[in-house]
Amino acid sequence: MSGFQVVVLWSDVLVWLLVLAGIGVGVLIAKSPPLLAAWRRVGANRVGMASATLLLAFIVIGLLDSLHYRVALDGKPGVKTQYAIEVLSVLDALVTPLRTQNEKTYSAPFATHLYAKESIERPGLGTVREYPRLKFGASHLADTATLADDVAATALRTGALALFAWLALAAVVAFRCGGWRAVWRGDTVFAWNAVLATLAAILLVLVPLFALAGDYHVFGTDKVGQDVLYQILKSVRTALIIGLVTTLVMLPMAVLLGIVAGYFRGWIDDVIQYLYTVLNSIPGVLLIAAAVLMMQVVIDTHPEWFATAAERADLRLLALCFILGITSWTGLCRLLRGETLKLRELEYIQAAQAFGVSSWRIILRHILPNLMHIVIIALVMDFSGLVLAEAVLSYVGIGVDPTMTSFGTMINNARMELGREPVVWWSLAAAFAAMFLLVLAANLFADAVRDAFDPRAA
Amino acid sequence: MLAYIVRRLLYAIPILIGVNLITFALFFVVNTPDDMARMQLGVKRVTPEAIEKWKVERGYDKPLFVNAAAGGLDTVTDTIFFEKSARMFVGDFGRAEDGRDIAREISARMVPSLAIALPTFILGLFVTITFALTLAFFRATAFDFWGVVLCVAAMSISGLFYIIGGQYLIAKIWRLVPISGFGDGLDAWRFLILPVVIGVVSGIGSSTRWYRTIFLEEVSKDYVRTARAKGLPETIVFFRHILRNALIPILTGVVVVIPLLFMGSLLTESFFGIPGLGSYTIDAINAQDFAVVRSMVFIGSVLYIIGLILTDISYTLVDPRIRFS
Repeated sequence: MSGFQVVVLWSDVLVWLLVLAGIGVGVLIAKSPPLLAAWRRVGANRVGMASATLLLAFIVIGLLDSLHYRVALDGKPGVKTQYAIEVLSVLDALVTPLRTQNEKTYSAPFATHLYAKESIERPGLGTVREYPRLKFGASHLADTATLADDVAATALRTGALALFAWLALAAVVAFRCGGWRAVWRGDTVFAWNAVLATLAAILLVLVPLFALAGDYHVFGTDKVGQDVLYQILKSVRTALIIGLVTTLVMLPMAVLLGIVAGYFRGWIDDVIQYLYTVLNSIPGVLLIAAAVLMMQVVIDTHPEWFATAAERADLRLLALCFILGITSWTGLCRLLRGETLKLRELEYIQAAQAFGVSSWRIILRHILPNLMHIVIIALVMDFSGLVLAEAVLSYVGIGVDPTMTSFGTMINNARMELGREPVVWWSLAAAFAAMFLLVLAANLFADAVRDAFDPRAA
Repeated sequence: MLAYIVRRLLYAIPILIGVNLITFALFFVVNTPDDMARMQLGVKRVTPEAIEKWKVERGYDKPLFVNAAAGGLDTVTDTIFFEKSARMFVGDFGRAEDGRDIAREISARMVPSLAIALPTFILGLFVTITFALTLAFFRATAFDFWGVVLCVAAMSISGLFYIIGGQYLIAKIWRLVPISGFGDGLDAWRFLILPVVIGVVSGIGSSTRWYRTIFLEEVSKDYVRTARAKGLPETIVFFRHILRNALIPILTGVVVVIPLLFMGSLLTESFFGIPGLGSYTIDAINAQDFAVVRSMVFIGSVLYIIGLILTDISYTLVDPRIRFS
């Protein structure tokens, strides 16, 4: 076993900071009864909890993919160890077969033979043009006719395993929440039945999928022979970072400027309003395009800043988040300004002012907590939009670095494939389906959160 | 009314100056013209002479703001800022990398962009309002529930999927219309159908849901209860009272995007090979043609500000309670 060197990318730092912040916010929520009550309403919402379970599965994949390292190369003893140029993550280590078992070019899901014909030497027959066997896909089968049997057997075996694991989990839940019946009929405060049902679906799909993925290319391979399932897994982290880090960038700006503009009014308000009208009036895509082009020039002229290609791609990803944040804070800022204008006229704020409480203290103690529901709703609503935006921007060529796997780059690389004969549909279909699941879960969760937090909706 | 419009127009000027300064800062201060030259000429085998020549050809060799060497008025006018940024205010956008006049290119490409964007906008508005009204009419029934589910699913699908899937299904499998391209004059309609249909379909999800909430807000108002109390049938209540009142927030809300229709759609135009402003922008981004991107940013903001002014005017027109203040 060779050594390894931990690589901390900037985005990893932010991801784990976000996890810490999430825990911190959780503790704060537990201390504040109104917020706790609102989150309890989210917890009782079945659709919301089902989508939250799915989101959690995506987040686990993203977190596993956010621990990076570089493997040490075998060198002579005594010489300073060199590390591989390739930056790997824990997820890569877990799914090593997916990463390394590359074919020559396209192959369909569960295929045994390559997509394109090749000239092959056959003893006795000379050179023939035929579809060669895949190097890794279904290579353990002596007779390819038994493929369906093998797939079904593996799927059944691992599916049963997943079912047992799920039953054990469900039994724990049922034991703690007053019996199977209560959980099944949804008599629990927390929507356990929705969580368990989603979990069952996830386990029953994912466990057989990964069991089969060792022997087959379950989603096929792309033009350079890379496994599509592996690319999907890697895209999850990119999508999550775009969706979460961007809100982290825009949030402080939107909250601070919005509240300050609404509370102090006068020239401060004028300046802030001018600022967001100017930013708003530049079409978003063009501002992003201009900023990304400029950033690309900076990155290209300073190659010495980056030790590995992964670090360069990582910085570009963060810069994209930053730019998206700059262009998207205006909406929330305007909303918060309007709400603060209303709040500052209320009696309890005026009473605080009459007592001589300082402005900043009023903002922190009285105004900010009363705006939290708007902030939380905006946060979850923005997420899905950002994930979708990433795909479009990467398609236009102003998104993430082309070497970084994301739903956008996958679609971009695969966009001419539907024109082939026979049609290469699998990488497009897989990318769109994975993105659809992620965005749908985010949208449904956002709805549940909005219903629970919006006082008007109740 | 006239004084109000004039005041709004005057208010637009400082905003445009702000936009101009931001784009100027992005394109000339964050990155020097030397960086741009290196990017355009290729990082390899680039000599200082070649960079200098590139800058002189495009007028990027001048000082940024103050040209101390030139006397008199030229101190201000013979600079990059004046030549490249301030001149945009009078519609002079300079030349693209390929030497063509950007202003002429833009006016020629506006027509194809509008030919796609305008039908998509009008048809889309009609379809989504109809769909939202139907959902609101059957509110709290299974039809409404599944309609909303459909909307949420539809808005979770990437816009790229609608285009790629639509092109594949309608143009390649069914062979109903050409996959992409654009024709002159009346012949163009065959090329327009597919992008317009896809544009309408991809917008259904989010707008329908949004309009449905507007309709439902209107349904719970007092005048609706009065209308029902005096015995009007539900269809009349809906089409004569609720529809008309709900159209006010819907229509004033979409006014802001009308001027932006001139800009075209980046995705649709690049997928369907339509020679409009959207594909012009994408080509410029891919070719890293900074002059074109800069011009498009400026035009986009001008159109957006026009949209804001139109919105304000439309609010005051439909709702007499709002004064011109």
